[in-house]
Amino acid sequence: MKPAPFKYHDPRSVKDLVGLLASLENAKLLAGGQSLGPMLNFRYLMPDHLIDLNRIAELAYIRPGADTLEIGAMTRQRTLEHSQEVQRTCPVLVEALHSVGHIATRNRGTIGGSLSHLDPAAELPGVCALHDAMLTVAGPNGTRSIAMAEWGVSFMTPNLEPNEVLTGVTLKAWREPHGYAFVELARRQGDFAMAGVGCLVALDGNSKVRRIALSLIGVTTTPVRLSAAEKLLTGSDLAGEAIKAAAAEIGALEALDDAHATGTYRKRLAGVMLGRAIGRAAERARMQGSRQ
Amino acid sequence: MSDRRTIEVTVNGVRHTREVETRLTLGDFLRHELGLTGTHIGCEHGVCGACTIHLDGAAARSCILFAVQAHGCEITTVEGLAKSDGTLHAVQQAFRDHHGLQCGFCTPGMQMTITAFLAENSSPSEKEVREAISGNLCRCTGYQGIVAAALDAAQKLRGA
Amino acid sequence: MGARNVGAVVKRVEDPRFVTGHGRYTDDIVLPGMLEMAFVRSSEAHAVVKSLDTSAARAVPGVVAVWTIADLGAIAQKPMVQSYPSPAIKQNFTQHPLAKDEVCYVGEAIAVVIAQNRYIAEDAAHLVTVDYESLPHAIDVREAARADAIPAHRGAQSNIAATVAWKFGDAAGAIARAPHVIRETYRQHRGAPHSIEGRGVIAQHEPAADQLTLWSSTQSPFLVRRYLAQYLEREEAGIRVIAPDVGGGFGPKAGHYPEELVAALVAMKLGRPVKWIEDRREHFLTTTQQRDQWWDVEVACEPNGKVLALRAKCIHDNGAYLPYGLLLCMTSIVPFPGPYAIPAVEVTLDCVFTNAVPTSPIRGAGRPCAAFIMERTMDSVARTLGLDRADVRRANFVRRDQFPYETGGRLPTGVTIQYDSGDYAACLDMVMKSSAYTAFEAKRAQAAKSGRWIGMGIASYNEDTGLPPYEGATVKVLPSGRISVELGSCSQGQGLETIVAQIAADQFDVDPEKVIVKTGDTAISAIALSTVGSRVAATAGPSVHLAATQVRDKALRLAALQLEAAEQDLEITRGAVHIKGVAERKVTLGELAKRLVSNVNVPLPNGFTPGLEATAYHTPERPVYANGSNVAQAEVDIETGAVTLLDYRVAHDCGTLINPMLVEGQIVGGVVHGIGNALYEHMKYDPDSGQPVTTNFGDYLLPIATEIPPIRLEHMESPSPLNPLGVKGAGEGGTIPGIACIVSAVEDALKPLGVKLNEYPLSPERLLELIDEKRSAK
Ligand code: FES
Ligand code: FES
Repeated sequence: MKPAPFKYHDPRSVKDLVGLLASLENAKLLAGGQSLGPMLNFRYLMPDHLIDLNRIAELAYIRPGADTLEIGAMTRQRTLEHSQEVQRTCPVLVEALHSVGHIATRNRGTIGGSLSHLDPAAELPGVCALHDAMLTVAGPNGTRSIAMAEWGVSFMTPNLEPNEVLTGVTLKAWREPHGYAFVELARRQGDFAMAGVGCLVALDGNSKVRRIALSLIGVTTTPVRLSAAEKLLTGSDLAGEAIKAAAAEIGALEALDDAHATGTYRKRLAGVMLGRAIGRAAERARMQGSRQ
Repeated sequence: MSDRRTIEVTVNGVRHTREVETRLTLGDFLRHELGLTGTHIGCEHGVCGACTIHLDGAAARSCILFAVQAHGCEITTVEGLAKSDGTLHAVQQAFRDHHGLQCGFCTPGMQMTITAFLAENSSPSEKEVREAISGNLCRCTGYQGIVAAALDAAQKLRGA
Repeated sequence: MGARNVGAVVKRVEDPRFVTGHGRYTDDIVLPGMLEMAFVRSSEAHAVVKSLDTSAARAVPGVVAVWTIADLGAIAQKPMVQSYPSPAIKQNFTQHPLAKDEVCYVGEAIAVVIAQNRYIAEDAAHLVTVDYESLPHAIDVREAARADAIPAHRGAQSNIAATVAWKFGDAAGAIARAPHVIRETYRQHRGAPHSIEGRGVIAQHEPAADQLTLWSSTQSPFLVRRYLAQYLEREEAGIRVIAPDVGGGFGPKAGHYPEELVAALVAMKLGRPVKWIEDRREHFLTTTQQRDQWWDVEVACEPNGKVLALRAKCIHDNGAYLPYGLLLCMTSIVPFPGPYAIPAVEVTLDCVFTNAVPTSPIRGAGRPCAAFIMERTMDSVARTLGLDRADVRRANFVRRDQFPYETGGRLPTGVTIQYDSGDYAACLDMVMKSSAYTAFEAKRAQAAKSGRWIGMGIASYNEDTGLPPYEGATVKVLPSGRISVELGSCSQGQGLETIVAQIAADQFDVDPEKVIVKTGDTAISAIALSTVGSRVAATAGPSVHLAATQVRDKALRLAALQLEAAEQDLEITRGAVHIKGVAERKVTLGELAKRLVSNVNVPLPNGFTPGLEATAYHTPERPVYANGSNVAQAEVDIETGAVTLLDYRVAHDCGTLINPMLVEGQIVGGVVHGIGNALYEHMKYDPDSGQPVTTNFGDYLLPIATEIPPIRLEHMESPSPLNPLGVKGAGEGGTIPGIACIVSAVEDALKPLGVKLNEYPLSPERLLELIDEKRSAK
């Protein structure tokens, strides 16, 4: 299991990188390499050129803003996991990261790599969906912004031209006090989720939902926001019946089938994860409320 | 049409300059170019953890890194754990004391994973240790001796 | 001086090299001028290879040769040697070193590329184009077993390789008369071995001496040599096989493989050493697998749970070839009725060819399968009759006063099956106590209050270990005074070097760490067979003991002469013989050894043969039986089907313990292998294409540290009367009951729903399906 030969490039700036992308045919971008590496070793992919992003220092950053958290594409998962800023502004990202692979893979794996690889069961795209992320893409004509909702085109295919590269992502942080949760079921610790749900919820003084966000991974070809469920639950008291009604949205989704689980099972799980994620997030929201 | 580069790496404190094919994995570089065969190759797809080394202090899988990527980096392999006088690292000693190995094939990767982990978390719980090694496969031991070894080493390292 | 090392926790002598990264595994060996091989393998489950184009591959710079079977010479046109041939085999297929024209499973080797290094070899292998004519395939074993099935081998009349039966007593009569007859169908699933080091081989040929040397990651260097010699029509004397450090075996490395033959042939033909290292994909596709079986079982019992008879039929998925004869099939039927005194047993097994990876024993061989049937049977008896599961086992156990106990069956060799020693009920009591078995119902009720579904599983077993006929050992006192032990047998991590050092050290009162141990090399004079079936500790162990005792006696005899004392007045302390109580009147073992190697024109002392050394063989006629009982606790998430293991307890008896720490390691590792089989490992094949679909570690799940509960062990020691150390084997004693125990615990957690579990692996999805069935029926 040795990779086929390729020509290796290691640009030092986004400008050089974009230049390379414009001039090279059949090139692959190497970020953390935790998914690409195996695919190269199995020779599932045999690119002519490999462009290593690891020496582009300007792509690794964490910048908290007033209502935002900006993250450079080459920021390592482990760096995010340990970041005080991330914990403060988007704690759900840290919670989700505990289910992403293992320490050694998180040491290398990057948020940009995860978003660009776009495995349907990957946690980070689900968190980006939850936080209404905007993605920044650089290409021959400069940069453009894409909303997370528009990012996934189809199975493992992001909204990205061959000569473009994802350079960063901006998560919208919630200003109001809120609870959060990322709950999933995988076969073993660190495996890709068979279904996972992220939830942010803010409650009003009567413990009714003021605002809620729900995202789902592992079930559909790309991560999705469960907007119908969010609408249903807004204003509700999150009682069992309300959650049940919200979960009904999942039934209509077209689900993935693979060696790990059938679509039917994934959807069933998604309903369970939805309930658990909301439960945990609401509990945290209540604790927040009682602390104030 | 082989694409080659000259790289400079420091492995276990020793500087090496080598010209390598760019597709050469770091694991194969360590094993076959430098003869450091303590780093083992168990799956070549980043799952078993047998090939784990420290790249600039952080645990990483050398089967899915290319040697060129390590240019300018500091690498530690299992051969770099013991002191030069042969005194075993606390983790190595604990592996022996607690029967944390049988065939020894997963052992270098386990030890590299655990040494990096203990550097970050000096008094882990058993659950944390299990999570820390959850990316390393061992078919022989059932992990119990490895977990005991990690906990014991943590204690010894705290005491030292 | 007494036995201070045998029975003690002695740290392993092999560890210093392993923990520092200085082990020497096959891939660590580099020979001058060595080339590397990669294989072109079938991408079809069943096909005819119509043609092959190797021209592009041959043109790759750095490629030395690209060969098919035609290039390997006249000698390689026949199928490979079968390890355990049997007259019961009706249809026999073993593989060719490279496919002749038909390929019968995905992964079967078709051509070999020899190149400067593995990267280039794979580049070239990728460029070989194979023109296949697809043939229909047989992948579902139950379909394949039918008379009108698609043949897994072109032109075969059926897929039945053999039908084997094993019986004693009158099962049919008992079933006809019994007050209760329980009928169940069970399904067991194939898994793959996955030693973390794959297979690997280096072959070197020295033309001047016509000497062939193989380094192979094998459990059986002597058998590899034997089959190589047979196949290559050479003398064994011209072949040396060395097992260097081996990174786990678990059974499948006990066989010989096409790659070893190809390596030997290539090395001879090219006159250069060649290496092949199996990668993980190849391990999934080509290293033998095990355990796919379907069982129909009938059990006759009395109202008190006493089992009168067991009759069963098994369909065994053999995969594409029979490299191992019927050994695996026999180990699936001969273990009945396990630790129970059941008067009548009748088991029939159809060994069926399919277009899947060939099979051979994996940790426990057929025994975990037989134990699964036996233990699920005990649970089903308890369930049907409303009895406690432990009580049913106790009612059926062979009693302590019955040893040596003859089951009524005979081994395929004709020897009666005789359990040598043990106290099965006491072992069960031990584990019930440590697991607080009787307090569990209260715990379950408590958990149920908070909506948790927990259960407790139980499984007992016994195991034939220390299988005949021998593993030889040579013990020497070197002129330096150091003790050396040489064994043909080898270790794949069990700690063989340590235990034989312990055994030898006791005879000379030396530190086991100072004993030099050499293993796994056919150049060693003591002959050996194979490290399989939990046999080496109880065969090589006693051989070392016998040899060491002979050396000790010889040393005492010579010392008596030199010290002018009677032998019975002498003792050995710290490697020196001295007069009891007079430490200064001594002669060191080194001096005695020097005297016996002597020198030119210096005669040996009267009546002495040269060398302070001896080779000995413990040659048992029958196996020794280890046993034990396990109890597991599991929780099922009723909404998702996910299982969490909470606790695992073992009480076991493998006779005299040589090193309790190593035995514990064997048992715990074995239990976790069983956990893998029960819950995680699923080797899926696509029924339409016959393609294996779980061929990487992301899709095929091995147990990892986070999923394993604490496993606590208690030892009981019933020494075997059949060897001088009283030891029995332990290498498989965790896996054999492990699968059944976990399944029992999960079933018990779902007891309120009445879910019955007659299969494994238990994926959450499958469990939820079974839960749903019961819920919708309610
Ligand atoms: S060999 Fe690198 S993770 Fe398995
Ligand atoms: S000790 Fe053999 S794989 Fe871990």
